[in-house]
Formats: sequence, structure tokens, C-alpha cells
Amino acid sequence: MTTETLNPGKGRTLPSMSVLGPVVALVVLLVIGTLLNANFLSAANITNVLARSAFIGIIAVGMTFVITAGGLDLSVGSMAAFIAGLMIIVMNAALPSMGIGIPIILLGMAVAIVAGILAGLLNGFLVTTLGIEAFIVTLGTMGIYRSLVTWLADGGTLSLDFGLRTFYRPVYFDGILGISWPIIVFALTVIVGEIVMSRSHFGRHCAATGSNEHVAHYSNVNVNRTRLLTYAMLGLLVGVATIMYVPRLGSASASTGVLWELEAIAAVIIGGTILKGGFGRVWGTVIGVLILSLIDNILNLTDLVSPYLNGAIQGVIIILAVILQREAKAKG
Amino acid sequence: MSYMKTMLAGCTALTVLATGAMAQDGETRVIGVSIPAATHGWAGGMNFHAQETVERLEEVYPNLDFVLATASDPGKQVNDIEDMVATRNIDALVVLPFESDPLTPPVQAVAESGAWVTVVDRGLSVEGIEDLYVAGDNPGFGRVSGEYMVSQMPDGGNIVVLRGIPTTIDNERVEGFQSAIEGSGIEIIDMEHGNWNRDDSFNVMQDFLSKHDQIDAVWASDDDMAVGVLAAIDAAGREDIQFVLGGAGMKEMVQRVMEGDDMIPADVTYPPSMIATAIEMTAVGMTSNAPVSGTFTIGSVLITQENAEQFYYPDSPF
Repeated sequence: MTTETLNPGKGRTLPSMSVLGPVVALVVLLVIGTLLNANFLSAANITNVLARSAFIGIIAVGMTFVITAGGLDLSVGSMAAFIAGLMIIVMNAALPSMGIGIPIILLGMAVAIVAGILAGLLNGFLVTTLGIEAFIVTLGTMGIYRSLVTWLADGGTLSLDFGLRTFYRPVYFDGILGISWPIIVFALTVIVGEIVMSRSHFGRHCAATGSNEHVAHYSNVNVNRTRLLTYAMLGLLVGVATIMYVPRLGSASASTGVLWELEAIAAVIIGGTILKGGFGRVWGTVIGVLILSLIDNILNLTDLVSPYLNGAIQGVIIILAVILQREAKAKG
Repeated sequence: MSYMKTMLAGCTALTVLATGAMAQDGETRVIGVSIPAATHGWAGGMNFHAQETVERLEEVYPNLDFVLATASDPGKQVNDIEDMVATRNIDALVVLPFESDPLTPPVQAVAESGAWVTVVDRGLSVEGIEDLYVAGDNPGFGRVSGEYMVSQMPDGGNIVVLRGIPTTIDNERVEGFQSAIEGSGIEIIDMEHGNWNRDDSFNVMQDFLSKHDQIDAVWASDDDMAVGVLAAIDAAGREDIQFVLGGAGMKEMVQRVMEGDDMIPADVTYPPSMIATAIEMTAVGMTSNAPVSGTFTIGSVLITQENAEQFYYPDSPF
């Protein structure tokens, strides 16, 4: 902030407030957390927060592309619940013939990936080929997947076979060199996502499509294909997130993944991606996800605020983080 | 559009005519059952028991007809009830209100039309509307849980509590619990909402474990939340927690009690099958001279290894 005021004329070479805003918010949260509780920076707590951010985080990376290309996907939360349910059913059904082992886990993972891609393609097909509003399409599929998982579970909870769950559990809780798998997968997704967004043709096509569909079309960008791919990619990432989610509690029900779509969208916007499309920032999304998880974590670690007000605090911080960016844009 | 409307109106008129005619013929009586949809484990169990009871009673009483509707929100439930009155001409309504306030006027209208009204679990905002009230005992649920904690921890200790979705139900339970442990030396060192949700309670419990070095026991207050709590304790590898007390009577948890699991030594019932009690009593009232009006409170019972078998329903989804 200081550097910016010192060199008002050369704003272009320095990080603008829209870049600094989310980072500042994250740093402030980290400082508050450290001051409030000594255990906040302990390895165990950091691992907890990062691992639980991974689901929303992996999905939010995909959401960044969809939003950048001018789309929106409200169905990801119920899609995750549906895929989790499907995965559990398939794995339980295959158990007698395959037995507990790596193959059955791979089968479950394949089911999640394929189901995710198909679900994403369906959303993309309805949006691009049939030309229906993304909001309406994904609102529809949101309801469909939510009902399907309730129906699959007969209104109750689908649980992975106990032996299978014990075998699969390390996928969430173990890792390499003390870093758990969800964190590693999250990090890889972010790195790949960032490279694709900022350095590939596809990333530029997404931004062009979201910024102005017609101009993009005349510039030889295949608008429909770009959009379709963003939805398919998001579906794939929902599948990946589900692969990480299922081993944690080994169950799926109608209450799985409720409001994940809004958390993912909020994280994307806090990170500096524009809701109308045309500009996206994958690393910003990561910061957005971390901000959201940290608020929850800090509120649980302290007794300062009545738990009834957790939602209000979250809302205030989300709006503040976005205001920080807008202020800068108005000035610049 | 207008064609569709005419069609719909026609169908509705036909249905009304048909049900009207039937009621006159063989004295067939229609009981409407309106319940919240299966959005979480307990409601799923409740839906299961409602469907099972309706199927069974339709065979037992040939002159009773049942209409079952599940609603995903209070608004939809109001519509369901209005539709039942308008198109099925119900003689009795069994309703488990989504929320008390929005459902009170429509249920009152049903009662004023002369139909029998049975309210289940959550009471209405105005007293005296219903003919029969089959109630769950929320303060009792908290009290039984608290008394169990006291009996297991005679020397007191530090516990953490996970609460449900902020509602009257949750408040009554927690108040009942707090008054039961008062003066026992058991101290609630932390309390947070886990929203009757496995994932939320997992996160909350992880944070409790980071925050507190010594936790003697957990009142998860719900079996779904107990699942999340157990996973968090397991992952942290903590040995200080002696046991976790859930609630509601989910079959997986009842099974663990039955098998003598150290971490889940007991459970407290809040049976979703209370909807079956309500439908059954209403059917009795419709078909016999046995008086069934009044209030029927279903107590919350402590499940331990000795009696767990009688609370285990392997076919229920919950």
C-alpha cells in the first residue's frame, strides 16, 4: 500500500489494489488468528484448514474458468453429492467380486471422473448448443442431482463398506512427507490451472469469450467449444474433489455438498475474477478459498463472537474483500 | 396455455367428483399425511416410516385412503395441504410442520373445515387447533443425555458440545442438558453449531481438538454429528476423549452400542418413527370408537448395550 502511494503515476508496474486486496485480507486473518490462539499456526491446524479447503478449492479452480468464460455453474454442490453417492454404490456393488484392494479404489475413482465429465458436458451442452441461460440450466441440474442422491440414498445416508473405507481412508488423511493428499492434489490443480489460465490459448480464449462473445467469435475463437470445455473441466474437477471427499467420512447423503456452489463462486469473486466474465485469476481463487476456510476456523478457535453470528461475520468479510478491490479500480 | 389450464381444471373437478362419490358410497375416508422431505438422516427415517405405515394401514383398513406428500420447504408444504383439501377432500390430516409459524394458518383452516388434525413433533404457534398432538420430548432428550453424562463421569470433567441448526428444538435440548449436568462437576468448555451435519461437525471437532488439550467426553447431540466427531478424533489420534454421546437412534450407531463400542457406549432416542404412531392413532380414530384425542408425548429413552436390540431397525435408511 505504501509503495502505491509513493508512486501514484507508475501504478502499472506495481501490484494494484485489486491484486493486493485479497492478499491483505488473508494476511490480516492470519495475524488475527495467531494473536487469538496459540495453536492457530500449529502444523495440525494448518493441515486441517488446508485439507478441508481442498474440496471447495479444487472445484473453485474449475469455477474460475467457467466464470471467466462468462458462464456460471450452480450445480457443483449437488453434483459432488451425486457423484459421491454413485461412487459409494458402485464400490459397494463391486466389493464381492473385486475384494478390497487398489483396483476397486481405482474403479471408484474412474466412476467419479467419468461421471463428473459427463455431468459437466451435459451442463455445457445445454448452455452452448441449446443456448439456454447458464443460471437456469445449472439451477435445473442442481435440483436434479440433489434429488437423485436423496433417491439413491432412500432419504438416508449411503455408507461405504467399513472394510473398504478403512482401506480408502489414507487418501484423505495420509500423504507424502507429512503433507496430506488433498493438499497435494489441491496444489497441483492450482498450478496447472494457473498455467492454463495465464499461458495457454485456452485461457486466453476463455477470457475473450467472457469479455465479448461476438468479438471473440470474429477473432476466430470457437466460443461454444471453449464454453463447453470449461463446463467439462469443472465437472472433471468436481469428480476429483469427490475422490478426496469420500474417504473422509465414507458417506454421502442429501446434506452432502450443500451450498458448495455458493462458497466456490464467492471464493472466485473474492480472488478478483470478474463475475461477468472476461478476466480470471486462479491464484486469487486460492486466496478466496483460504479466506473463507480461515474465517470458520478462527471463529471455532475463539469465543469472541456468538456462534449465531458466524454467518454475519463471513458475509462482512466477503463484502469487505471485494470492496477493497473495487476501490482500487475506481481510482485507477 | 389456456388449454393446459382447462385440462387441469377438468382433472381436478373429476378428482373431486370421484372422491366425493366414494366417500358417500362405502364410507371411504381419506387421511392426508404431509411431512418434510428427506433432506437429512432423521427426516429420511421419518419418510421411510411414513411410507411403510401408509402401505400397511391401507391393507389393514380397506375403507381408508391415504395421501402422502413430502415438502422441501414450508411454502411447498402449505401448497400440499391446500391441494389435499381442494382435490382430495381429506377427512383427517396428519402433519409434521416444517416450521410452526408458517404452517399454523393453513392447518387451522383445515381444522375449521371440520377435518381431524393430528400434529407431529413440532407444535403449532396457536394452541388448541389440533385434535391429537404426538410430540417428541426435546427437553427430555437433553435431560436424558445430561443424566447419562453425569452417571458416566462421577468426578466431573471437561466436555465439548455440538449443537444442531439454531432452532427452538436445539435450544430446548441444550437447556435440558445444561440443567441436568448442573452441579455435577462436568464443565462445558466449548459449544458450537454443527448443524446436524457430518461435514460441519467434522470441521468443528477438528478445531475443538486444536483448541483444547484435554477433552474428556463429547456430547454430539445427534448421530450424524457423532459420525463427524468420531472421524475427527480418529484422524487426530487423540486418546483423552473417553466417549461420544450422539442422539436420535441411527441404526449404525445403535449397532455400535449393541456391539459394546467403547467410544459409543450409549445413544438417546428421538425416534423418526413417531410419524407412524401419529398415522396409526389417526387411523384408529377414523375407524373405531376409541378416543384418541389429546397429547401423546414420546419420551426419549437411553439406549445401552442391554436394550439396543429393540431399537435396531436394519431396513430403515436411518
